[in-house]
Amino acid sequence: MYDVAVIGAGVAGGMIARRLSSFDLKVCILEREHDVAMGASRANSAIVHAGFDAKEGSLKAKLNVKGSEMMEKTAAELGVKYKRNGSLVIGFNEEDKKMLYELLHRGEVNGVRDLRIVEGEELFEIEPNLSKNVVCALYAPTGAIVCPYELNIAAVGNAMDNGAELKLDFEVEGISQIPGGYEICSGNEVVKSRFVINAAGIYSDEIAKMVGDNSFDVHPRRGEYILLDKECGNLVKTTVFRTPSKMGKGILVTPTVDGNLLLGPTSEDMTDKEGKSTSPDGLAKIIKEAGENVCGIPFNKTITSFCGLRAVGSTGDFIINTPVTGFINVAGIESPGLSASPAIAEYVVSLLERLGADLKPKADYNPQRAPMHAFRNANIAEKNEMIKRDKRYGRIICRCEEITEGEIISAIRTNPGARDLDGVKRRTRAQMGRCQGGFCSPQIVELISRELGIPYEEVTKSGGNSRINISKTKGGADI
Amino acid sequence: MTDMVIIGGGPAGMSAAIAAYESGVRDILIIERDTALGGILQQCIHNGFGLHRFGEELTGPEYAWRYEARVRELGIPVKLGTTVLDITPEKVITATNPEDGIFKIEARAVILAMGCRERPRGALNIAGSRPAGIYSAGTAQKYVNMKGYLPGKEIVILGSGDIGLIMARRMTLEGAKVKMVCELMPFSGGLARNIEQCLNDFDIPLRLSHTVVEIHGRERVEGVTVARVDENRKPISGTYEFVPCDTLLLSVGLIPENELTKKAGIELDPITNGPVVDENRETSVSGIFACGNVVRVHSLVDYVSEEAETAGKAAAKYILEEQ
Repeated sequence: MYDVAVIGAGVAGGMIARRLSSFDLKVCILEREHDVAMGASRANSAIVHAGFDAKEGSLKAKLNVKGSEMMEKTAAELGVKYKRNGSLVIGFNEEDKKMLYELLHRGEVNGVRDLRIVEGEELFEIEPNLSKNVVCALYAPTGAIVCPYELNIAAVGNAMDNGAELKLDFEVEGISQIPGGYEICSGNEVVKSRFVINAAGIYSDEIAKMVGDNSFDVHPRRGEYILLDKECGNLVKTTVFRTPSKMGKGILVTPTVDGNLLLGPTSEDMTDKEGKSTSPDGLAKIIKEAGENVCGIPFNKTITSFCGLRAVGSTGDFIINTPVTGFINVAGIESPGLSASPAIAEYVVSLLERLGADLKPKADYNPQRAPMHAFRNANIAEKNEMIKRDKRYGRIICRCEEITEGEIISAIRTNPGARDLDGVKRRTRAQMGRCQGGFCSPQIVELISRELGIPYEEVTKSGGNSRINISKTKGGADI
Repeated sequence: MTDMVIIGGGPAGMSAAIAAYESGVRDILIIERDTALGGILQQCIHNGFGLHRFGEELTGPEYAWRYEARVRELGIPVKLGTTVLDITPEKVITATNPEDGIFKIEARAVILAMGCRERPRGALNIAGSRPAGIYSAGTAQKYVNMKGYLPGKEIVILGSGDIGLIMARRMTLEGAKVKMVCELMPFSGGLARNIEQCLNDFDIPLRLSHTVVEIHGRERVEGVTVARVDENRKPISGTYEFVPCDTLLLSVGLIPENELTKKAGIELDPITNGPVVDENRETSVSGIFACGNVVRVHSLVDYVSEEAETAGKAAAKYILEEQ
């Protein structure tokens, strides 16, 4: 019997599991996908919001501001890149300006520090490439960027390093109450746990219904993005938002911590919880609106486009509550869920304590995780030391991002280990450059096959039926 | 200090090295990131190479071997499995491999021969999902010809570049069904002989003025929507057609691979995406030369070899005159 089962290995579930792993508790994380960080945590704007968006007094506002304050330290402990680049909400006219003052006020009530309205020349000193039509902006110096899946993977990894167990390909099909806890079923597998935390993203309403909680629904809201080459990451320094309107927050333009330029998201309510397709209209909208915000975006340097589904709860706020004893919902974690995630974890732990969990700090808990990009970020002398110890760090596999065999092996062997091509990509950035894996994917398939002891043709892109090759060729020999 | 460093051991690099040696330079080093010389020719197991250079039809590996044999005969040093990370305008090269770690070499002259890469799906902004089963044609060629694995059974190919055409035939010979080749333009950019020998001989339809507007499938490709395009290359409504398939191959253009060129501060041509070179294939940085597909994408390897000879000779002259 586990003490706590966390359903969902997204950034919320991961952060919660990590926090729980600091106590003397037997924790397991249940994830239906082939890897962690497969839902909204994989594809979003990668922003640590300052906290002026959410309505005053809401849980979103409270946890956003708190989470944003905690993020720098959390990221440092987890060895994850974090950059406080500031954000600008730009306005084009008097109506926008009025709205910006409202946001300023809201932000101040929420407790966001150093917010101010910027106009005229100063605007272009902060961000020289803004469209000349911009007349004012709300400047939030505490706005930041982080890589969401890197944070997510690191959080789960750190939880595992501290004793939490991860069960992948575990799709929860039923939850029943048993004396002193719950029984969670997936196929023939059964997990028993005293407490259950439902952090199942867009499926959290369905999980809640399994324990009889019909109080909310979650629907997917599609957000499409376009990612540009690293050559373009310097076009803006801050994250440039548009003034929000009834139509939503509009298209933002932001650098990423890895130096790319990210444009998006669209915002479209959907019904299909698996519908992660981009659309011609969505991509066209991004190109149009991003171009209205910032001058000179080189769209011909696009390297990929993608889509994420935000888990939008029916209450308008984060849904973090206890519908039945021993069961905690962490649902409707849409934006600013990433920003709030460290604070969400803390909040959930406090709820758990109230439910009677015995939270004894673990003596040997280690909040630190070795940086995923330790080699990449090292200087030449340090790199040569590493190559001397392990020659595989001298062999470049991904030429665009300059990722070595050593880094890929490490991604496969380090908690939570990569098991497919996309998993290697999210952990190392191999295949994420301008050729998008054209040259290196056959080599990476080989490394996965070798490391995990699975046949070459059974290596997948992302688990399930996503095999890269379907068979040997007619004369195909073993490699 | 090394007299001449050649970056890339494909057809351009080898031909340049041989020409430089024969022009009197002895201190030459070829740096190649792959584990063998030959570049992309290693996976081009079809014939049709060498008609201009040798007056005979060779396969890619045979063509490459003609040069590799000569490189070996002349004893030109080669560092395999070595990736160049940086070049400065002062011709200091930083490279890495498992044995030497990260090291620097100063060169009197440098010849850039890094070749090109394929344009990936992402660059096209095709709408739809991102399942397994989407490959650039060259990547599929590597799986089939080098690794011995088949990426799929029911194929649609977007783009009628030569690699796409070659792969249409290659996949067919491996028992896959190639349903069609869609070409956005009203004409094919591939060689006429490839259209004849790789499509027509196998009854594979070439749909000109057609493109793929959407990719379907969650885990693996389940089909694509193709549509006819108008004279502005915009899809025409009413012409959309769902084509079931498990694989989409892309042959939608090659891009000279000039990341190192940029690091060296060399001027690039916005049209070709390659460095601006003079008649000797010297770039805007004195003593750095470039040849082959890194300069612009050539239709035949024979022309690459020829251009590389020019660069090799000129770089040799540059070194000998400097001394």
